[in-house]
Amino acid sequence: MSRERDLALRRRYWVERLMLALVALGTLLAFLVLFLVLAYALFQGAGALNLDFFLKDMRPPGEAGGGLRQAIVGTLLVDGLGLLLALPFGLAAGILLAEYPDHPLNPYLRLLSDTLNGMPAILFGLLAFILVVKPMGGFSGLSGAFALGFLMIPILARSTEGVLSLVPKEVREAGLALGLPRWRVILSLVLPTARAGLITGILLAFARAAGEAAPLLFTAFGSPLLELNPLKPMDTLPLRLFAFAISPYEDWHQKAWAAGLVLFGFITLTSLLARWASRRRF
Amino acid sequence: MVKEALDVHMESRRLVVRYGTRLGVGVGGGVSLPLYRRRITALIGPSGCGKTTFLRALNRMHDLTPSARVEGEVLLDGENIYAPGVDPVLVRRRVGMVFQKPTAFPTLSIYDNVAAGLKLVGIRDRKRLDEAVERALKAAALWEEVKDRLRAPASGLSGGQQQRLTIARALAVEPEVLLMDEPTASLDPISTQAIEDLLLTLKEQVTIVIVTHNMQQAARVSDYTAFFLNGEMVEFGPTETLFTKPQDPRTEAYITGRFG
Repeated sequence: MSRERDLALRRRYWVERLMLALVALGTLLAFLVLFLVLAYALFQGAGALNLDFFLKDMRPPGEAGGGLRQAIVGTLLVDGLGLLLALPFGLAAGILLAEYPDHPLNPYLRLLSDTLNGMPAILFGLLAFILVVKPMGGFSGLSGAFALGFLMIPILARSTEGVLSLVPKEVREAGLALGLPRWRVILSLVLPTARAGLITGILLAFARAAGEAAPLLFTAFGSPLLELNPLKPMDTLPLRLFAFAISPYEDWHQKAWAAGLVLFGFITLTSLLARWASRRRF
Repeated sequence: MVKEALDVHMESRRLVVRYGTRLGVGVGGGVSLPLYRRRITALIGPSGCGKTTFLRALNRMHDLTPSARVEGEVLLDGENIYAPGVDPVLVRRRVGMVFQKPTAFPTLSIYDNVAAGLKLVGIRDRKRLDEAVERALKAAALWEEVKDRLRAPASGLSGGQQQRLTIARALAVEPEVLLMDEPTASLDPISTQAIEDLLLTLKEQVTIVIVTHNMQQAARVSDYTAFFLNGEMVEFGPTETLFTKPQDPRTEAYITGRFG
């Protein structure tokens, strides 16, 4: 072993240590931001989190008490309805991309879904405003669901495509070799094999849309009271958070932080659920 | 017992398979090969010689590969399966396939795996399904091992059992021809033995084409053997003749182990 080689080797180890330290530092900084946001939200909003927050609707400014039940329920309804609207289209596009790779529509579909994925969310709201709010003559939970649905379609398409391309081609070939038509193989063999991954993608799209305020500003609009009729304006947590945050009232500020916490918990829970679903293979 | 006359069940005529611009199988004039009814034909040759590519052309599996092009004819009882208007789904119902890797459908039970080819085309008759599943599993020599746990997931079976399950699954739709792509390549000697025994029973009803890397296996189970090399079929004949008196020096070199 020559001396220079020994030295070169030692230097390489030093470079490796340095790089590892830099990577660790970067990771730590990224987490620090998340931690600070969460800690500050907890500090500011935890005081407003009580049973009433979940069970009562909001009160007019100046009146103590009340909760954000109407926003919590509204979030689930508008987001859930949006998912129902988006699901068939998102899944269908993903299936086309993954299962019919030589289909002439695919290059356009891929470009479109990439563009839509990067599009500012407020534009989906604008689209829903033109397509739903204007013809129906007013703001509504349904139009908000359309806006969130538009937002979810490209996410669903891309996640479905990714998950389906992980299914071994042997599953498809074995099905076709039995004399099954292609659509039957996809429906009865490929999709069930990818079930866990599909559920994960659906939950992540749902969580992503749940946190959006912008597309709902001129669609769902918001409502101070619990509203279960999707043809009427409905409230959601991000909308209420925005409205409260720009208000001049101390009590509402605290509730805005609490809304943020609930939203954070909701999205974390959905992500955990998604991870749990994807861990159970088949 | 009267020896039944030889009868061509399937036949390739000047068959060429190309992948994109790369060279394929049979480029120098095409592969012409008869497959006799209720006989076992083995396709042998070194890796990359085109035997699997040829096999997959026999039930139109290449339809799924956008870059693959097939020229020439494959006759099934005299009808060209590549003629315009022929539905590949119907071809595959008559010409089944077993793959190298045991591929039980992971989400289905043992019963549903075997019944898949019937259930998924809409056959719901309980009694008919039960009978078909039992018959197929018995034919694949798996019935005794699984009859008490037909509802259990198929992913719990061993590799050898899964391979016999895929054979049972292929048999359940009652194909006339069974294409087998190195069916024992990933199995231990005991499972291999079980499948070879099975082939000898199956050929009473089904025409079998088997791709194998294992020359002993070809010699043990097949009636006819075709030797492939560099994308061309070099020699075809009764297995015994091909292994004892090969006509082509390349065949001789391969079977005596001088290459491949």
